[in-house]
Amino acid sequence: MKITLNGEPHTVEDGTTVAALLEALRIPLVKVAVERNLAIVPRSTFDSVHLEKGDRIEIVRFIGGG
Amino acid sequence: MQDKPLVIAGREFASRLIIGTGKYKDYAQNAAALKASGAEIVTVAMRRVNVSNPAEPMLVDFINPKDTVYLPNTAGCFTGEDAVRTLRLAREAGGWSLVKLEVLSDPKHLYPDMEETMRAAKMLIDGGFDVMVYCSDDPVFARKLEDMGCVAIMPLGAPIGSGLGLQNKVNIRLIVEQTSVPVIVDAGVGTASDATEAMELGCAGVLMNTAIAEAQDPVMMARAMKHAVIAGRDAYLAGRMAKKRYADPSSPLAGLI
Repeated sequence: MKITLNGEPHTVEDGTTVAALLEALRIPLVKVAVERNLAIVPRSTFDSVHLEKGDRIEIVRFIGGG
Repeated sequence: MQDKPLVIAGREFASRLIIGTGKYKDYAQNAAALKASGAEIVTVAMRRVNVSNPAEPMLVDFINPKDTVYLPNTAGCFTGEDAVRTLRLAREAGGWSLVKLEVLSDPKHLYPDMEETMRAAKMLIDGGFDVMVYCSDDPVFARKLEDMGCVAIMPLGAPIGSGLGLQNKVNIRLIVEQTSVPVIVDAGVGTASDATEAMELGCAGVLMNTAIAEAQDPVMMARAMKHAVIAGRDAYLAGRMAKKRYADPSSPLAGLI
């Protein structure tokens, strides 16, 4: 199914969890925050939140800034 | 006289210098500058993970958030909603409620949009954040932000990244005199004497990024800024001599041969 990931089209298996998405992208869980359709996905629920078609997912992390 | 530590939202800091983490050659240089500066707080930005290259270096691998306080900013946000969204994500990523609010306007001068800053500050404070607020050097807005509950007032000394030094010392002094929470000059410092000047005016601290990151030798400049902030603070506490119109000999005139 198709989702929007960090503003770009992206395809994932049906029923993919947030944790599985991060793992597939090889993104370390502890260093990021995830937003799904403008709502924060708490880290403790990464395993239990399943993505749905058309979801807009943002994965962000800290970078250098002033 | 013994100085007291800087206290922001109930937390104590020995260093009165806060540095940014942008514009460095790489994170390793950034970490070295941090060490040389003695700063205990760094500002950081929130941005999308590069999905096509998740293995790219991460700030947290070079500057450990367990040792250094991360102060997430809202750089790039132009509305209160943007700022709140960004800082909620930052709180989720790091668990911190101490944040730097900056709502900017025209990219040419990056002056804060004070109307939007006020609105965002209210939303964040209501949401449980401790807000250190980047603001114009207007004592009236500074007072309003303090009354609202901001934990630090951070007027600009000059436009962000300009390195022009304090452009309006009168206003900075007025803000210092009227404010009970820490006043931290944020933006505009170009070299060590600018940081000293801010501290001599009685500011509680100085926040800078470009002055260190774009120095020819950022690590040495970081060290210079550490000393500059300490020197300015000590001079403020010591109380300067009165200015005089004419010379006053330092050696006694009595007993001249």
